[in-house]
Amino acid sequence: MTKQTALYDQHVEHNGKMVDFAGWMMPVNYGSQIAEHTAVRTRVGMFDVSHMTVIDVQGENALPFLQRVVANDCGKLVMWQTLYGALLNEQGGVIDDLTVYRLPEGYRCVVNAATRDKVLAWFDQQSLANMSFEEKDLGIIALQGPAALDTLQAHFPVTGIEGAKHFTAVRPQGERGNWLIGRTGYTGEDGVEIILPPEDAVQVWATFLAAGVQPVGLGARDTLRLEAGLNLYGQDLDEQTSPLASRIGWTVAWEPGERNFIGRDAIEAERGANTEKLTGLVMRDKGVLRHGQIVLTRDGEGIITSGTFSPTMGCSIALARVPRAAKGVCRVDIRGKHKEAKIVQPPFVRNGKILVDQAK
Amino acid sequence: MSDFPTDVKYVATHEWARMEEDGSVTVGITDHAQNALGDVVYVELPELDQNVVAGEEAGVVESVKAASDVYAPITGRVVAVNETLEDEPERVNQDPFGDGWFFKLSPEDPGEIEDLLDAEAYQESCEDEEH
Repeated sequence: MTKQTALYDQHVEHNGKMVDFAGWMMPVNYGSQIAEHTAVRTRVGMFDVSHMTVIDVQGENALPFLQRVVANDCGKLVMWQTLYGALLNEQGGVIDDLTVYRLPEGYRCVVNAATRDKVLAWFDQQSLANMSFEEKDLGIIALQGPAALDTLQAHFPVTGIEGAKHFTAVRPQGERGNWLIGRTGYTGEDGVEIILPPEDAVQVWATFLAAGVQPVGLGARDTLRLEAGLNLYGQDLDEQTSPLASRIGWTVAWEPGERNFIGRDAIEAERGANTEKLTGLVMRDKGVLRHGQIVLTRDGEGIITSGTFSPTMGCSIALARVPRAAKGVCRVDIRGKHKEAKIVQPPFVRNGKILVDQAK
Repeated sequence: MSDFPTDVKYVATHEWARMEEDGSVTVGITDHAQNALGDVVYVELPELDQNVVAGEEAGVVESVKAASDVYAPITGRVVAVNETLEDEPERVNQDPFGDGWFFKLSPEDPGEIEDLLDAEAYQESCEDEEH
């Protein structure tokens, strides 16, 4: 039985093409994926990401618990700050990636939809005395693009949001006191993610829609995040691969040295010595790079973890796991033909601008 | 809703074929197919003079979303390919039965096209697929 978010009827009404994504009926697009992508890069778009899993962790031992299960250090969070990190297993593989908010009442974790069951089971297994965690039934609307803040303020003004730094959150005063607005996103553009009761999400979505904000489906969500060089769990991150070979080594907090997070022992040996890296590819031939294609470099073979056509760049781009020394021109096996690509440092696009060299 | 014009024949794998006045057969993908694929960004066409066999792969169409094989509806020799698609693959979305054609065949057996599905039968096959 597939689940529906509170915005399901609005997606269908707006010609959303609904697909089963991790057990949720979600819109893949509302017509043209490229038009949706461009709206976010040039103006503003909104995403229903209510399928993601919100877990609140509270109690005296909430922080010690998070300092054990999250490879990044939740102890550095000041009030209202947010961090991105990974949950590792004992072997140092990635169980999931997540964001953690520090709030007056405790901590809020947002994890993926596809990993919900295993993360809840893992939390249960690792939980400590004097703490509790609870999945919350909340809606999440991501409003992203250069005009995102102006759009939010025009319809649901929030004191303090404009001055709020990236990766901090604001809780509005008054009747919207049960909303949480984070300066985060998954697109490489400015914007907010609004976590709110499902019934409020319905009203907010309708208001933005009436104001002409472009709804954006999962298809453009994927091309936007890939252009921004952001990982997708299940493709670029998995339980068999270390975070150090997945371009999220920066989220592993080694200090303080006595913090014994799960997976630390397994990946500490690899620190600075990982044999593979996750990097970017830009296609120089025609064709489209896709997940699973083999990459041939002078330093050995690699594999594409995520590939797509970049609407902003007008060519194909990918994230690929390749030997650490690999650089420069490489070849990709596409249906038996060897096509030329170039290894580049992601992100490919941020804030509407192309950041990598596309010269042939 | 997708278009199902009646002046072409269809195969269940979502290609169409049209007998032209010069005896060649033009091939493309259907409106239903381009709707399902979404924005087309790359088309791989067969080579000129290549012999293609009914039901076998003759090209690839890639949308932002996915790659999909294009099958030859009938057996024949490739006598023209739509080079415009190399730079303007979006024509497949804009005009799948017109400007967005893929290639033309000189059929081995001009009668073979008659065995393909008509618009009604193809539409039914699309509806079956959805259920």
